[in-house]
Amino acid sequence: MIALLVALVVIPGAAGDLLNALGMRRHGEITDWSARGLVRLGWDLLRNPYIMGGIPAMAVSFFALMALMSVTDLSFAVPVTAASYIVETALARWLLKERVDWRRWAGTCLVALGVGLVSL
Amino acid sequence: MRAPQSKASRQGTKTPRRPRGRLLSCRARSLVGKTALVSALVVTANVVGNYTLGVGLRQVGELVTLSPLPYVHAFANGWVTIGVVFMLLWLLTRLALLSWADLSYVLPVTSFAYVLTALLGRWLLGERVSWMRWGGIAAITLGVALVALTYPHSPETDEVVAA
Repeated sequence: MIALLVALVVIPGAAGDLLNALGMRRHGEITDWSARGLVRLGWDLLRNPYIMGGIPAMAVSFFALMALMSVTDLSFAVPVTAASYIVETALARWLLKERVDWRRWAGTCLVALGVGLVSL
Repeated sequence: MRAPQSKASRQGTKTPRRPRGRLLSCRARSLVGKTALVSALVVTANVVGNYTLGVGLRQVGELVTLSPLPYVHAFANGWVTIGVVFMLLWLLTRLALLSWADLSYVLPVTSFAYVLTALLGRWLLGERVSWMRWGGIAAITLGVALVALTYPHSPETDEVVAA
């Protein structure tokens, strides 16, 4: 049960972030911040299949985390999310070919460690 | 001999378009500024959203049910409404940031929200911050600073996306 919840936090969470990142990069850099531009952006996002897949995936991850927190200790649930930082960075490196140099790796590991410590 | 030649030819294609090169570096600088601004918005929306949602949900009581009615009732609480609006703002500003910034940049940098949430808890709610939490705050701050030193946009990703 707990293993299933952990899987439901990490896998849809990573898939959601990757889909959103891919979808937004496909959309292209946002440069028009006028009201008209933002309405257009909203319409574009509603028709963007990556975003429409990414947001529900993140919602599944969020509710699974709430459920995990209700059945386990915070000191178990939160390090799971901290570990997902490292998983997602590795996936962004491999699938999206992002430039993850030593500063990003070191920074991400420090952040993951810090998130674990802050929540204990 | 081949490597210097290819380097020279690369420079060769660059030299005739010098004004464009200067524009690019100008664009790169504006991208860094824009990233800092929108990252700050993502973090602020997250912190304000978490805080107001937290206050509201404590007033409403626990929501451990599959029935939708308690959720509808929760929305009637002003704090919850404000919280949901800010969480929506968080989602949208984060998507906007991802339209040019790498996921491996956005994830660690926006986690600065954890630091602000902890400090806000100490200043506004008088929560005790243990030495372990101070250690966590220091680690996150250092990690965010390290990642913030990197350029937020990988051109390689544009090629993956275009494929």
